[in-house]
Amino acid sequence: MAQEPHASANRWKRFSDWDERPLRLDRFAAEDPANGFAAFTSPNDPKPSVAGGAGGISAMDGRAAADFDMIDTFIARYHLDHEVMDEAMALPSIEVARMLVDMTVPRTELVRLARGMTPAKLAEVVAHLSALEIAFAYSKMRARKTPGNQAHVTNAKDDPLQLAADAATAVAFGFDEIETTMRVARNAWSNAVACAVGAAVGRWGVLFQCSSEEAEELQIGMAGFTSYAETVSVYGTEKSFVDGDDTPWSKAFLAAAYASRGIKMRCTSGAGSELLMGYHEARSMLYLEARCLCLQRAMGVQGTQNGGIDGAPVTCTVPGGMRELMAENLIAVWLDLECASGNDARPTESEIRVGAKILPFLIAGSDLICSGFGSILKYDNSFNASLLNGEEMEDYLVLQRDFEADGGLTPVEETRVLELRKRAVDAISAVLEELQLASPTAAMKASVVAASGSDETQSFTPREVALVSDAIKARNIGVLDVIKALASRGFGQEAQHLLNLVRLRVSGDYLQTSAMIRNGRVMSAINDPNDYQGPGTGYRLSKARRDEIVAIRDVLTREEVLRAEAVHKAAESRRIRYRTVGPAGEGGAANEVVIGISPAFGDKLFQTVAGHSLSALLKALTDGISSNGGTSRIVRMRHTADTSFLGLSAARLAGSGVGIGIQAKGTAVIHQRDRLPHNNLELFSNSPITTLDHYRRMGANAASYAKGDMPEPVVVPTRGEAMGARYHAKVSLIYAIETEMTAEGATPEDIEISFLEERA
Amino acid sequence: MTDRNSGPLGLDDYPLAEKRPDLVKGRRGLGADDITLANVLTGAVVADDLSITAGALHQQAAISRAAGRSTLAQNFERAAEMVDIPQDMIMRTYELLRPGRAKTKSELLDIAKELGSTYKATRLAAFVTEAAEVYEQRGLFKRRY
Repeated sequence: MAQEPHASANRWKRFSDWDERPLRLDRFAAEDPANGFAAFTSPNDPKPSVAGGAGGISAMDGRAAADFDMIDTFIARYHLDHEVMDEAMALPSIEVARMLVDMTVPRTELVRLARGMTPAKLAEVVAHLSALEIAFAYSKMRARKTPGNQAHVTNAKDDPLQLAADAATAVAFGFDEIETTMRVARNAWSNAVACAVGAAVGRWGVLFQCSSEEAEELQIGMAGFTSYAETVSVYGTEKSFVDGDDTPWSKAFLAAAYASRGIKMRCTSGAGSELLMGYHEARSMLYLEARCLCLQRAMGVQGTQNGGIDGAPVTCTVPGGMRELMAENLIAVWLDLECASGNDARPTESEIRVGAKILPFLIAGSDLICSGFGSILKYDNSFNASLLNGEEMEDYLVLQRDFEADGGLTPVEETRVLELRKRAVDAISAVLEELQLASPTAAMKASVVAASGSDETQSFTPREVALVSDAIKARNIGVLDVIKALASRGFGQEAQHLLNLVRLRVSGDYLQTSAMIRNGRVMSAINDPNDYQGPGTGYRLSKARRDEIVAIRDVLTREEVLRAEAVHKAAESRRIRYRTVGPAGEGGAANEVVIGISPAFGDKLFQTVAGHSLSALLKALTDGISSNGGTSRIVRMRHTADTSFLGLSAARLAGSGVGIGIQAKGTAVIHQRDRLPHNNLELFSNSPITTLDHYRRMGANAASYAKGDMPEPVVVPTRGEAMGARYHAKVSLIYAIETEMTAEGATPEDIEISFLEERA
Repeated sequence: MTDRNSGPLGLDDYPLAEKRPDLVKGRRGLGADDITLANVLTGAVVADDLSITAGALHQQAAISRAAGRSTLAQNFERAAEMVDIPQDMIMRTYELLRPGRAKTKSELLDIAKELGSTYKATRLAAFVTEAAEVYEQRGLFKRRY
């Protein structure tokens, strides 16, 4: 080696570590307003302005009516309310921003003012708010009081059996809407029937959509299989709109067409779409999105799927991108639109960014927090992976519990899920057979019921599905045919559920803003309006709902700990016997090490947190002590359960002045007579990763200290495990058993132990 | 839309299926109580009975207005005019409204006229006419593919 290592270093290796983290797969973009990479403001954004005239609006956001593009024209004609326009536009934006976060200013007043504001004004107001303020304003301004959530239900094979099983699963977990789409476009009809049947298993009322080509989607809706649509996209620049193959008028016409067929509808828009489509006009993402949202209110749609959506990943590449996504959602609800608030297309490979992205929406609530949540595995998501997916659903359930926040989902027991999946697969199989569309085998069905994802199924191929789908379409099979098929094959409950949902169409009740169905009732912004006006108002978890949310699986209880110890006790009684000799005296041989055991050690508790039996632990310690020429004496302490005091008390009794303190959970210390309680010789605090070999070496070191030597301390290596998360609940329950057995001033007692031959 | 008894429908009438079941009728006049599984199985309930009516859309429009949502109400009123328009006419109109489908303004004006005369859809006719004017100004009557 010619050079010293430090002289040749050209990199701090931490950067190499960082290079390996998933975050570095995310690619970030420089802020560049001229090229559309600006979240909140661009020099090319217009200043808010409006001028009325005899024939309507004569100028808006710096543009004269003669120069209006189609979007301007539509907004000026249908969105701007002349009665509030002058009042609203005259208010200083900072003042309006303060009103948004002022709990004493009612939502209704702000909604009234928004009707008189131009896109540039709305954008300018929300740009004054921090991320926290946006989240707070969002929770105040969203239209419906009760939050909800939407699931994606798709799979890589378009397999109807799996779609039905996964739809039923999503329904069980509490989603209010499910959305499907296909790998192969012609499979739309098969997907629609499969999800409609699956969603009728267990309970009814989950709205369902099948995202497909516009005309086909409407036809599927008219056949009665779907109840809503949301992929009616709008854009913030005219050229993007035209490349999207629509105009505000064509989309508004389509919106009315859906309503005329009794189908709920929302539009879709989101930051970044104009950037991706190449026509951003050098405007900020927020300003373009404000145009989209004003346009949607103008078109008369009840709601929007908004918050980046397919543009979320590119939006998250720029500074403030995630804050922008929140800001556009705020404009949506301020404009009194239902908001299915994005949190879908996965904008990052970093799980930390995922968690950070979802949190404001989880605690603020939203009409549909995700639009949607990938209820299936990532590779099965035909929309592409979502922010949250089947893999991470339990993380989300725990976040709900952590923050006592209603994210719209409910934990479900394993056995229940299995029952529902089986029922759903049987139901769709019956329909396929009854309508002579296909005959799934028992093996196909069984593979789907158990499968986490389509890699594990032996079911239909996409081609076989295409034949089914073509037949459904060609034979004009409608929802009534499916209802009849279900009923005639013994699925009367599912038939009734499906009919209940379709029947709601007649009243049109679920066409109103933010409508969903809970417990057989339509709930919307009309009969469940958000009435937030400060603490104690707005949406609050009921006791019943809280009970549902906290009931995640596999939680530890004191009873469970005691049950486990009872099992260990039986095993330990065959390995070791403890005999109380009498009060422990001071002093003894100069090589004597006292092992001070805790009150419940071998009495109520029998195993360390690492899973070592206490007999094996004592064997390791005493073997270690004798290996270095020491003798050991066991003393049970009852005056304390604390490791340091166990150790110090033991040391003071020992002839050598060196003692070991050990708790039943495995935490141990080597102590010396003249030291302060918390100034020990060696501490073994990470009992979950302490091995029997560590305990043996600990005994050896104690004997070494007894001789006056200074051994190499035993280091129990940690790899940074979250010990507290893994073990502290159990440790606390175990330690409480120890402390309950302490008695003030109790005298230490000598214990004689004998290791027994273990008999089978 | 006015209720035959007590003036315009309002927020208290919502949801209609719960609060005003007397008003909720399918296209052949069947009420919610008639739309049962038993009647589906005998064939007494057909697809038309599960379709929304123009009347229901006007009722919902009245409720939207009462809630301050006038643009949503307008959408429901446009929808009410579409209820009796055949699907292929709706899709033909939609298609013609998409950019570049109509090569001339008169194509749109013709279909607007048809909506108004054949289907008495005056709102839709005006809406399509308005689109024709704007498309002309924005140069949308050109071939795109």
